[in-house]
Order: sequence, then structure tokens, then C-alpha cells
Amino acid sequence: MQGRPHFRKGARQLTNLIEIKGVTHAYQTASGPLQVLENLNLSIPEGEFAAVVGPSGCGKSTLTRLVAGLMKPDQGEVWLHGEIVKSPRKTVGMAYQNPVLLEWRTILENVILPLEIVAPLMPRQDRVARAMELLELVGLIDFEHKRPSELSGGMRQRASLCRAIVHKPEVLIMDEPFGALDAFTREDLWQTMRDLRAKEPFTCVLITHDLRESVFLGDQVFVMSGRPGTTQHVLDVDLPADRTIDVLYTPEATDMLHLLRDQIRIAQGRDGEVH
Amino acid sequence: MFRNIAVPLAAILAFLLFWEGIVWINDWPNYKMASPSDLPPAFYKFRWLFLEMGWQTLWRTVAGLGLAVLVGTLLGMAMGFSRIARDALYPLLVGFNAIPKATLVPVIALLFIGQHDFNTVLMAFMISFFPIAVSVGIGLSTLEPEYRDILRALGASKVTIFRKIALPKTLPEFFGALKVSVTLAFIGTNLVEIVSPHGRGLGALFKSGETNGDYPLMFAVLIALAFLGIVLYYAVVALERIFAGWAERPQS
Repeated sequence: MQGRPHFRKGARQLTNLIEIKGVTHAYQTASGPLQVLENLNLSIPEGEFAAVVGPSGCGKSTLTRLVAGLMKPDQGEVWLHGEIVKSPRKTVGMAYQNPVLLEWRTILENVILPLEIVAPLMPRQDRVARAMELLELVGLIDFEHKRPSELSGGMRQRASLCRAIVHKPEVLIMDEPFGALDAFTREDLWQTMRDLRAKEPFTCVLITHDLRESVFLGDQVFVMSGRPGTTQHVLDVDLPADRTIDVLYTPEATDMLHLLRDQIRIAQGRDGEVH
Repeated sequence: MFRNIAVPLAAILAFLLFWEGIVWINDWPNYKMASPSDLPPAFYKFRWLFLEMGWQTLWRTVAGLGLAVLVGTLLGMAMGFSRIARDALYPLLVGFNAIPKATLVPVIALLFIGQHDFNTVLMAFMISFFPIAVSVGIGLSTLEPEYRDILRALGASKVTIFRKIALPKTLPEFFGALKVSVTLAFIGTNLVEIVSPHGRGLGALFKSGETNGDYPLMFAVLIALAFLGIVLYYAVVALERIFAGWAERPQS
């Protein structure tokens, strides 16, 4: 899907790449079953950026594992590109709060890792070229031969993003990827993310606790209710695709942030409290 | 580089001086306690025996250690990947490790009569596999799930995940354990060499020194053992640098 519409009005007719239908899931714990998801429904059109926010423990991380095919729901279905997800597939990229870089590999070799699995026959020089292309996009040129321990937290997370999309996945799943970074580094990475999407079209599911992040990056923001998690509210972010940080200080963005904050309060069950 | 060699050498020299001083101050005769200055003549007198017996001890220790690496890694893998194997093996292994190995010398001596080489290698193995099994087991079972998931989400097989992630990530722990096992394996080898009648190796040389009341020889054997221990230890350190050098943090 090249050239996303400038405003995402009218994007509705697109087919849904990810479709989550009536998913219910419980974990077995020592003190009995723990219901984390209850009749969750989500649909994310191809090429869109879905931000998922919600209080702690509402099953957001479970959601990422379901979409990645790392686990199966007790009830309901997860559809990806018109097929029910039953097992992991090569068309998914993952990024976590912990960059999980392999310390024994250089940054370049870390970024290449998924290609070794997904495209074992790809010539080495093509792999390197592809990795370098991404490292340049995120500003890690000259650091490709360093080890992860020699880089700052923000740089490691940039490398982790490159690794997540090096094999051109259809879906990028991110579980609080910027959560451990300081505020300014985080804003830098938001912009890196925005630039990556302009160059490399992919559908994105971002789990986050940061409402500003969800508005800056998302085309849609899904608010999940407290445990057991279900879709409580869906917000369409009607902001230009080429947003800058300044957009967060416009009245439109402020209104959206306000609305999201109210929704979170409801999700936390604190609606009646004075705020 | 100069400091890396000079500092340990100076420490060894200081220790020898201290030893010599203690013997000199107390005026201990040779049949009570040998001093470092007695050692070079003892080494020279028995130089061919030292070479022959030293080689015996060395190859048996290395063979036992090799066996310990093989079996310890396999046991560690079983315990790292399977909860059932972990529950089943841990008490057995801990119990076996708690048994003083000296008590097993007569057992294996009776089981494999006259197989001195085999018995020695077996003891070196038995005494040294435990740290390797435990550390590999812990290394594998404490692998953060995210590390596995980044490859699992791409449909990688278990073998691929082990080869690309679990194995290299466990290497620092493995080498840490191997450093402990190296010195343990020497203890195992010498135990059998000393206790067995008609044994060979440095342990047997020590025994003959004891029989003949040759204290300088006995201490010379101990120093030779310490030397071999240091050599093997640093061989492991060199291997660690090659295979797990990434785990060393750059010093600031």
C-alpha cells in the first residue's frame, strides 16, 4: 500500500489486514484462572498504524503474542491477511521495551538475524545492503560494527527497530518499544518511526502507556478496558501523516489527549473520582 | 601488557619469599617442611620422572574434563529445556556431588580392577561435571522469553533458536563453570593416583616421596601440580576470550 492518504478519512474501504474477533483468553495461575481478555474485537486496515492503550494488566502484551501467533486464544479468532493465525509466520516483526539485541553480534549482524531465518538463500551482500539501508534511515551509520553494549539505550532501540522490519514484514508489532527511554530520546524515536513508515509501508500495532505517543504515531487509538481487557473506545486520529512534535500542542491534539485520558480513567474504574 | 605479566609474577615471588622466610625463621629441617630453595634440586634430580608423570596426569585430567564437558552439557541441556528433567535430575545430581569422591575410589577400583588410566579419567570426570551441568541448565532455563520470541515469531525451529540464541548466550556461564571444573578435575586425577597402589602420574610420585621421606620431592610435586593447574586454567581463559569475549565489558 504505497502513498497513504494524507488524511485517513476514506481509508475505511481498505481491507482489514488484522482482524480480531471475539477473543477471550485466560491464564492458568496458582490461584486459579486469570481472565485477561474478554470478547476483544479489533480490526486494523492494511497500512494503518494502530496504537493500543489501556491500564496495566489489561492484556495488551497478550494481544501482541496472539497476533504474532506465539499463542492461541481460548475462544475467538485472530485473522491476518484473510487467514486464521494458528502458528508463527514469517511476515511479522517484533520489537519490545527491552531491545533484546544479541550481545555477541555486532549491530549489523543483529539487524541481519531475521534474514538468516526468513531468507536463508539470500546472498550475504544483499543482506548487508538491506541492513545498511535501514541503519542509514535511523541514523546508525558508522555504528554497524559496534557491539550493543557500546551503544546508548536509544541507539539500541533504533537497531532493534531495524531488525524488526529488515525482512519487510506485513505487520510490525511493538510492545512499549520506547517505554524505557528518556522523554527527549523517545520523541526522537517517534520521528524515526514516522520516517520509517514513510519509506517502508507496513501495518503496525503499537502497545503503549504513553497517550502522546499514541496520538503522535497512531492512525487509530484503541483504548482497552481494565482486566479482563476488551475494546472500550476507538479514536480516529485525524492529523496529517507527516506530523511533527508540534502537532501535539495543537487544540485538536489536546482534545484527543483529553478524551483518551478520560477513557483511561474509565478503564481504571476511577470515573467518579475528582480530577 | 607488562603489568599483566609483572604483577602476577611479583605476587608469586613474594609468596615464595614468604615461604622461604617462614621455614628459615622457624629453622625447620627438611623432614619437617621443605623450602622453595630445596625445590630446584628435587626437580633436577627427578626431571625425567616429572616429565613422564606430569604428562600422565595432564592427559588424564584433560580427558576427564572433556568427558565432563560433554556429559555436563547434555545434562544441562536436558535440565534447561525440560521441567520434568530438572525436577528429576537435580536431587540426584546434588546428592551425587555431595558424596566425598575419595569414598568412591575403592568402589571404582574394584569395579574396574587394574584399569588405572580408565579409573583416573573416570574420577576426574565424576568430580568435575556438576558445575558444568548446573550452569548450562541455569543458563538455558533463565533465557528471557523475548530472546526466544524474536526468532520464534519468524517460524524458526527449536534447533535454530538453540544454535543462534541459547547456545551463544549460555557460553559465559559455561566458561565460568569450566574454570571451576578444571581445578576440580586435577583433584580427581590425583586422588586416584595417590590412593591406588602401583599408580602412575604426579600423585604416585607424591606418594613415593612420602614413602621415602623425601619432603623436597613431595613439595616439588605440589608445585608441579599447581603449575599444570595454572596452565590449564589459562587455556580455558584463552578459549573464553575467543568464544565468549563479547561478554567482557570494555573497562572505562
